[in-house]
Amino acid sequence: MSPTPNSTPKKILVLGATSGIAEATCRIWASQGASLFLVGRNAEKLAAVAQDLKTRGATYVETAVADLDDTEKHPELLAHAINSLTGMDVAYLAHGILGDQAEAERDFNTAAQILHTNFVAPVSLLTWLANYCVQRQLGTLAVISSVAGDRGRKSNYVYGSSKAGLSAFLGGLRNRIDREGVTVLSIKPGPTRTAMTAGMPKSEKFADPNAVAESIVKAIAAKKDSLYVPFQWQPIMFIIRNIPERVFKKLNL
Amino acid sequence: MADPIVTEEATSNPPAFQSWGRYPKHNATIVPLNWQSDFPRVAEGLHNGALPVGMGRSYGDVCLLEGGNLLLTTGMNRLIDFNPETGVLTAESGITLAQILDFAVPRGFFLPVTPGTKYVTLGGAIANDIHGKNHEVAGSFGCHVPCFELVRSDGTRRLCSATENPDWFAATIGGMGLTGLITWAQLRLKPIVSRLIDYEGIQFHGIDEFLELKQKYQHVEYTVSWVDCVSTGKNFARGVFMAGDHSKTPGPLTQTPEPKLALPFDLPGFLLNSTTVSMFNTVFFHKQMKPHVKTLQDYEPFFYPLDKVLHWNRGYGKNGLLQFQYAIPWEHAKEGTIAILHEIAKSGLASFLAVLKAFGDIPSLGMMSFPQAGIMFALDFPIKAGISFPLMERLGDMTRDFGGRLYPAKDAAMTASQFQTFYPQWQNFARYRDPMLTSSFWERVTQNA
Repeated sequence: MSPTPNSTPKKILVLGATSGIAEATCRIWASQGASLFLVGRNAEKLAAVAQDLKTRGATYVETAVADLDDTEKHPELLAHAINSLTGMDVAYLAHGILGDQAEAERDFNTAAQILHTNFVAPVSLLTWLANYCVQRQLGTLAVISSVAGDRGRKSNYVYGSSKAGLSAFLGGLRNRIDREGVTVLSIKPGPTRTAMTAGMPKSEKFADPNAVAESIVKAIAAKKDSLYVPFQWQPIMFIIRNIPERVFKKLNL
Repeated sequence: MADPIVTEEATSNPPAFQSWGRYPKHNATIVPLNWQSDFPRVAEGLHNGALPVGMGRSYGDVCLLEGGNLLLTTGMNRLIDFNPETGVLTAESGITLAQILDFAVPRGFFLPVTPGTKYVTLGGAIANDIHGKNHEVAGSFGCHVPCFELVRSDGTRRLCSATENPDWFAATIGGMGLTGLITWAQLRLKPIVSRLIDYEGIQFHGIDEFLELKQKYQHVEYTVSWVDCVSTGKNFARGVFMAGDHSKTPGPLTQTPEPKLALPFDLPGFLLNSTTVSMFNTVFFHKQMKPHVKTLQDYEPFFYPLDKVLHWNRGYGKNGLLQFQYAIPWEHAKEGTIAILHEIAKSGLASFLAVLKAFGDIPSLGMMSFPQAGIMFALDFPIKAGISFPLMERLGDMTRDFGGRLYPAKDAAMTASQFQTFYPQWQNFARYRDPMLTSSFWERVTQNA
């Protein structure tokens, strides 16, 4: 993994930095000498991640403890982060919750919480960040959505709909600001072996977060629009999206 | 790249975590630890005991706990500090030696001691006080661990080193994960100027020739031999002596990725018999067509020839394999090795891999460490009903009679009485065991003999 100076992002803001995929991605950037600003909810976990990234060779690592559900505080948090990094080449949005589908079916508040964390909060962050990038006519907004957003399924449609909303928002945002020199990358990972999926049946068969991270780093460097990772999810989701509804509604997915 | 051995077979409810020998097979609940503060919090309310585990590369039941909870540490794999002046790396205990190499080699550093696979965790390397091909000059792994943190199930945290909590330090090195959870540890890496190894391979015939070569190459850091355990007569105990040093000529430090070859399924056990093994051995022996070969090679094939074949253990079929590994002190090392080799050849039980090397006299720091000065010998056996276990018991008794001992990390067969003779200090060690932690191995070998 030798640094490739021209394609290597230099200043990266990471939201949800203690998530499994985000941490794996940051390790690659750190070894390339990137500067990183990490935002997460838990101070102790954030400190452990920051320490690891510094040791791996990150040029600069700073952290902020924040609950990203609190959208009121976003402008201040983002301005502080960009100030700390003295600029920003990439914003990487990796926070999110799986939520409890069964609970969300019974209780609207649970569903609303999932929608808030996975959709409303990113919209707030992206609105601010997009305007910042448009002003400078550069930057990349890399956002983790999910294959679950491609079609609602009974096993996780609340989580899925939050990600569907996010994917639609990203598509529209890209359509608006790509022409302003700002790249918007929608990342759709399949099930990945992280703390979020621990305990799920067959979780040992899920994708390796390091491999997922490597694809994400490459897609960001290549200024791609969207990424299914691992790549086989692209044809799989193509098929799933195209199953006629009268058949689909009877499936157990 | 490699993951703990989480099984893929479609057979009825295979255990979620297996040891490398795939015997015994025990079901347990896996409890992942991702952060240093997870233990003992996540273990609250757990019943039937727990055991910290890493990559499951030990062979038998030292990393298993039937019906209990396995605290899987591989998510706790962060670096904490690296000092390029001293080479001291501080990291969480679930980091693998492969991950350490990825970090260290491009910076011009290497592991002070490495086993034959890099897919083991730092915590596992300490807990089994592993050894490598440089035991004669470097001692075992624990000799290069300045300190670590040990957390007990009651929440107490101890910094352990030769001067701080030295008794806990000694009990935990080679302590089979039973004294508590190692959350992080320091490891003293050593500087290298190249990935390359100056390699020499020399054929030998018989234990005397092996001992002569060992003497002749005592200035070389890494030495190990492969030995043919199947042949008798004039080919008895023929082998290849392999010696290597880190190249002193500045050379490449960064990796050229190599494709890995995985054995995706179990070979049927019948493929493994004395005929096929003897063919394998003949091919291996004559791969080294010349009696003496000298080359420069990458450290990967030198140290980790089998890591390229991920899951090579499946070559033994579903029944799994047993490993027999002893250390016999010099006093009886030669006669013991010859007698045991004869017994093995007589048994006709095939063995792909037999490794012979000398242990040096640098004392291990662990109370329960395996290495002792003399000859170390290791080989694998397929599991055959009614044959393998009686043979293992016979070989264990012979080892005991020659004053040697067997290696818990490789064992699935030693009897309680054998263990208690090999490690007479076991009752003293037992006082350091965490009341929550145990293993199937520990339960097996501490029964009343």
